[in-house]
Amino acid sequence: MAKDTLILGTRKGIIFLKRSGKDWRTVHDDFPGIPISYAFRDQRTGVVWACADHGHWGQKLHRSYDGGATFAEVPAPKYPEGSTIFDVFSGGKEKPAALSYLWEVIPGGDDQPERLYLGTEPGGLFQSDDGGNTFHLVEGLWNHESRQKNWFGGGRDQAGLCSLAVDPRDSDHLFAGVSVGGVYESKDGGETWHGRNQGLRADYLPEPYSEYGHDPHCLVASPSNPDVLWQQNHCGVFRSVDAGQTWTDVSQKDGPVKFGFPIAVDAHDDQTAWVVPGISDEMRMAVDGALCVGRTEDGGETWTELRKGLPQEHCYDIVFRHALDIDGDSLVFGTTTGNLFLSTDRGDSWTSLGHYFPPIYSVRFA
Amino acid sequence: MPTIKFTRHLVRFFPDLGHTTAVSGQTVAEIIAALDEKHPGLAAYIVNERGALRRHVNIFIGQDLIRDREQLGDAVAEDDQVYIFQALSGG
Repeated sequence: MAKDTLILGTRKGIIFLKRSGKDWRTVHDDFPGIPISYAFRDQRTGVVWACADHGHWGQKLHRSYDGGATFAEVPAPKYPEGSTIFDVFSGGKEKPAALSYLWEVIPGGDDQPERLYLGTEPGGLFQSDDGGNTFHLVEGLWNHESRQKNWFGGGRDQAGLCSLAVDPRDSDHLFAGVSVGGVYESKDGGETWHGRNQGLRADYLPEPYSEYGHDPHCLVASPSNPDVLWQQNHCGVFRSVDAGQTWTDVSQKDGPVKFGFPIAVDAHDDQTAWVVPGISDEMRMAVDGALCVGRTEDGGETWTELRKGLPQEHCYDIVFRHALDIDGDSLVFGTTTGNLFLSTDRGDSWTSLGHYFPPIYSVRFA
Repeated sequence: MPTIKFTRHLVRFFPDLGHTTAVSGQTVAEIIAALDEKHPGLAAYIVNERGALRRHVNIFIGQDLIRDREQLGDAVAEDDQVYIFQALSGG
């Protein structure tokens, strides 16, 4: 059954929209004036999670047991004493690690109803086994040999753990995307991790095909075939058909599909995916002043540019990595300039659900 | 006992805080710890998990901005007024 709620994480709070027939309208908001970096509803438990990014008071985590009507703060994760980061802004000195951003809350497997993961800056993956009451750092990834040497900030001061894929066939099988660091795989529930970056290209490195130092903005495993992985990378769209052992650049040769942040994959077809391209990293704007969605139905061999219903001139929007979502044939995305667009026909045409939202950081069907 | 005055922005998240309180402590770190005992969770809004002052928070002792933002070792006297403010930033 199609989901009837949208949850937006925005620069000025959390916003809920509800569908009635074909119409969507805003029904509730909360955290006025407080940036919400990510918000979603855990389908396993019904709990709504919100990550707050206070300009002054730090990163806070909130959860709601009543669909978002009321929220309570739970203790945000803490980097353990003694953990350090390599700080390029203080002459390359090590300095104590401290939580500086909450990127995403990720549910564990369906067989782990109490398991939650948190992707954070400066690069830590945290894990909870008590429904989010407490979190601990996943030390296996934090202590990976590549971290102090090859992880660094991109767009923000420090590396971020921005996406995590949990294999629906085996909840101990994980893929993590670190921006900037690369893709890492664990087959033992996070105890040990291995880099999975062969075939990725990082144009900003002296050695573009380096083992580490890649920027997978958003990493998604195909729900119907989790060995097929997709990523919207800083340097193109990449796909793997062998569980991350090798990656192939499937960017559009002559067209806009290359740079961008989010990617969505069809629930039933591992060859179909959508991206919302932008102009390269130096500009981060809509390509040629026009919004378009790229869709491939052949594993990235070819892309269709979908523009019907989207602004095609004087447009400056870009879409962040957690601001595109899919539910069956419906797709939705929110932009940095507060526009929200919905398609119910797999991206063929789009309808605006509003133009006056705050800058949108995340959009999730619920 | 030093007097502590707060920005109204913190009162938003801790309604029982009021604008003025008094707690014991000989350093800023001790003041923050005492405040957290009185208002559980408050310290995490002012300092990070390493105990360092958050980047966009300022603490004054009298008219003077504190010097030690990492360890909060600045001395506080019995009759001092300590002000906890947010820095002027945001948008």
